[in-house]
Amino acid sequence: MNFFQSIGASTLAKMSAVGRAAIMLFGALFALPRLKNVPLTIKQVYVVGVQSLLIIVVSGLFIGMVMALQGYTILVDYGAEGSLGPMVALSLLRELGPVVTALLFAGRAGSALTAEIGLMKATEQLSSLEMMAVDPLRRVVAPRFWAGIVSMPMLALIFSAVGILGGHLVGVDWLGVDAGSYWSIMQSTVDWQQDVINGVIKSLVFALVVTWIAIFKGYDSIPTSEGISKATTQTVVFSSLAVLGLDFVLTALMFGIE
Amino acid sequence: MNKYKTEIMVGVFVVLTIGAILLLALKVANQSMTSEGDTYTLYAKFDNIGGLKPRSAVKVGGVTVGRVNSITLDQDNFTPVVELSISKKYTGFPETSSVSILTSGLLGEQYVGFQPGFSFDGVADLQDGDYLQDTKSALVLEDLIGQFLFNRGNDDE
Repeated sequence: MNFFQSIGASTLAKMSAVGRAAIMLFGALFALPRLKNVPLTIKQVYVVGVQSLLIIVVSGLFIGMVMALQGYTILVDYGAEGSLGPMVALSLLRELGPVVTALLFAGRAGSALTAEIGLMKATEQLSSLEMMAVDPLRRVVAPRFWAGIVSMPMLALIFSAVGILGGHLVGVDWLGVDAGSYWSIMQSTVDWQQDVINGVIKSLVFALVVTWIAIFKGYDSIPTSEGISKATTQTVVFSSLAVLGLDFVLTALMFGIE
Repeated sequence: MNKYKTEIMVGVFVVLTIGAILLLALKVANQSMTSEGDTYTLYAKFDNIGGLKPRSAVKVGGVTVGRVNSITLDQDNFTPVVELSISKKYTGFPETSSVSILTSGLLGEQYVGFQPGFSFDGVADLQDGDYLQDTKSALVLEDLIGQFLFNRGNDDE
């Protein structure tokens, strides 16, 4: 009997967590039209976006460089090193740009969001806001949420662009692939709609999921130091898993069936 | 001052993103060719199109003049029909022109090679919607090997 009770209890707990998350998302989404929240959102874009710029640019550069190096050693055996450009560009735009950005974002900005909101809850700042008749969803959650959604596609685009330049650095300047073929075969292969826009859509979905998980985990955390540390860990684990799983689904929808 | 610093940094962030979009649009995806809406359409029937795909290039002497728009199968005689979008910049190809499906390099992608024909009296220019009569199919490796073996067999007799 205890067995069934524990299954029932954990199912109910999970369902109600999903419900609370949905209510929070609803509150955050419809808190946009407040004009006075725009400066708050800009400040959060600075915190989650601009401060993630360094790690995004550096990892984009190195991932592009590594892909050019690895791709070159294989392609050169077939005399097809001209295809280095499209290889680097397509894998960055379709997969690595959105996915790696989302993973880095979850680690760099998502965990910080969870810890910040969790600590606000633990020190009863959120309750104080409510006491002063300020909706914490509007004042605290919505700006962070929108900042995450705005920032991540921008970061993913910068990641891809820097990665392609990094591939150029290694492929053309170091290994001696012809610069003309690097760019021109890339241009004839990469499609704006199919590759760039689909990458941005992917990145938007990841932004929604990662920011949602991060903020909800903070908002719903047990307000103790242990609870916050657990919530922060869960943010990184859950959002990474969600990003990788969703990536497969989105890829199958976008590129799987022609 | 601190507030201005935040806004300046966000501004830099936005400018960087716009730079990345421009790089991707102009240098990587080459928007200019596809957004050039002024094209006219020609059709060509092939026996076999090999690995030709929509958006493959149409080239005259190596110069890209257009792209493959769509590939369909003619339901009457079951031959592939390739729709070519040619840029309006390049008009006045004579009716005697021929098209063939070629491969760039050993492992390269396939493209449509457009061979302008001779222009003399009584030969009209190709207009929008015309069918190209003279077509050469793609080279399929298995057919080639089959033909080669067949010829070898004939030689022995």
